[in-house]
Amino acid sequence: MYRIGSGAGFSGDRIDAPQSVVAAIAAAGEGGAVIFETLGERTLALGQIAKRQDARRGYEPLLDDLLEPVLAQCVASGIVVVGNFGQANPPAAAAAIQALADRLGLGALRIAIVGGDDLVGRVDLSKTERWDGDGRLPDLDGDVIAINAYMGAAAIAGAISAGAQVVVTGRVADPALALGPLVAHFGWGWDDLDRIAAGTLAGHLLECGSQVSGGFFADPGVKDVPDTANIGFPIAEVDSDGSFVITKAPGTGGLVDLRTVKEQLLYEIHDPAAYLTPDVTLDISQVELTQVGPDRVRVAGAKGHPAPEKLKATVSYFGDWLGEAEISYAGPNALARAKLAVTTIGERIRRRDLPVRHRADIFGTVSAFDSDRGDLLAEFGGNAAGDYRVRFAFGGTSQRDVERAVQEVNALYCCGPAGGGGVRQSVKPRVRTLSHLVPRHLVQPVFHFAGEAS
Amino acid sequence: MTIPGSIPLHAIAHGRSGDKGNRLNVNIIAYDQKHWPVLLEEVTAERVAALFAHRGVTEVRRYELPLLGALNFVIEDALEGGVNSSLAVDTHGKCLSYLVLGMEIRVPVEPDEDALSRRVLQSAK
Repeated sequence: MYRIGSGAGFSGDRIDAPQSVVAAIAAAGEGGAVIFETLGERTLALGQIAKRQDARRGYEPLLDDLLEPVLAQCVASGIVVVGNFGQANPPAAAAAIQALADRLGLGALRIAIVGGDDLVGRVDLSKTERWDGDGRLPDLDGDVIAINAYMGAAAIAGAISAGAQVVVTGRVADPALALGPLVAHFGWGWDDLDRIAAGTLAGHLLECGSQVSGGFFADPGVKDVPDTANIGFPIAEVDSDGSFVITKAPGTGGLVDLRTVKEQLLYEIHDPAAYLTPDVTLDISQVELTQVGPDRVRVAGAKGHPAPEKLKATVSYFGDWLGEAEISYAGPNALARAKLAVTTIGERIRRRDLPVRHRADIFGTVSAFDSDRGDLLAEFGGNAAGDYRVRFAFGGTSQRDVERAVQEVNALYCCGPAGGGGVRQSVKPRVRTLSHLVPRHLVQPVFHFAGEAS
Repeated sequence: MTIPGSIPLHAIAHGRSGDKGNRLNVNIIAYDQKHWPVLLEEVTAERVAALFAHRGVTEVRRYELPLLGALNFVIEDALEGGVNSSLAVDTHGKCLSYLVLGMEIRVPVEPDEDALSRRVLQSAK
């Protein structure tokens, strides 16, 4: 049996989460792995921008905070650390981890750097097809910041088999972070598709951290979660046949039951019989879940089919500017005053002929479900005398024009409806992404150890 | 078998939404396997598409997972451009599972239906 825990489910996750996970795996005394998934679709482009400004940056900014409390115990207990926290600059992340190890008195670590995902200058996008999930989104022209392919687990497994204590990657398929250590430990063949599928499924359930163990789940009175301020991140106990138990560290909050595992099993899945990854096409349609103890769910029945011919790559561009501004109205006739603020801003944008897209929401009515046109708000018949916050959003290619639009909201202080207060505003650049399918031969996953030639 | 009226889907099912690009998926899971036929009958792709009509949805595909008592909906073009270009508050669509869970459904009730179901129905009135 092999234990893999999750230390982070996204960039910005709870910093102290890895500690109980590492402690539990260490206490079992059989080694294992802890994985960190900190790389969203846009994160890599933000890292690329940071790297251009400073060659020592471009990796997960919270890396030290995540690893400092657990690195010594991982090294002492034979727990391999695997993370895509290298983002756009895995070598710099590896250097930072070695520097941390030096400060902790751990000496020189075997830190593997996985590369091959960066396709800038290596692919002609005009000769590739777009991924169909972007639907009707328009083609983008503009400056490409980054092109990164989702790689499989082979280089991660190879690095661990070669003795890596830490594996730093850029873009890999999220489940590969778990599949790599499993292949290295059990020696599964890449053509043993049901086991590769099972390891991929374990990674899928772990990759979002607490989302399988009580995070993103609580619905008071309906789905209650114990101690939401201290949710234990998940640990998979994997058997050599690929079946596994999802559990969490003792003494932590959260819960693992059939409901939490089902929600995460189908999270960001499209066709359940064909979840495409670089290593296998995963079929979860016959998966069986069994509660085998408190906070213990056994998962079995993953099926594997051959991996797709092409790999998905995220192409990041400099996008437009996003301006946001908010103002509050409360008390008698507040809804009508808030709606008047919305129509007034629309009229100001038209009168000044500002080339921006815009949208308005009134928090407390129907904002999260509404369309850009405000179809639901137009029909909203709720409390006329509530406590409402109007939120405007503007998008445009010109920073100056977006700033001008935001300034119009500020001007509601004196010129707008009665009793408007609490204006907050921001303008920031956005990164846009589109996904393309690229030929597999363009992507060559490789690894080398920090301090050795690549 | 009588049809006493409708209840929110939220009373018998839970679920989660996620995004990739401009594609949203929402899973809907029955708490009790006995309600699986109700999900199949009531929570159709057409009704889910209607919930997202104002968002400009172009297609809804429904996948059935009988072993889990779950449905998975793949909803195209309902994210106002997706996380990188949408002007909406919730650019990921993370709130949108609750748009589906707010759907009103009809649950058939047998004369000797257990107390739990009666409570569910009463609380929905």
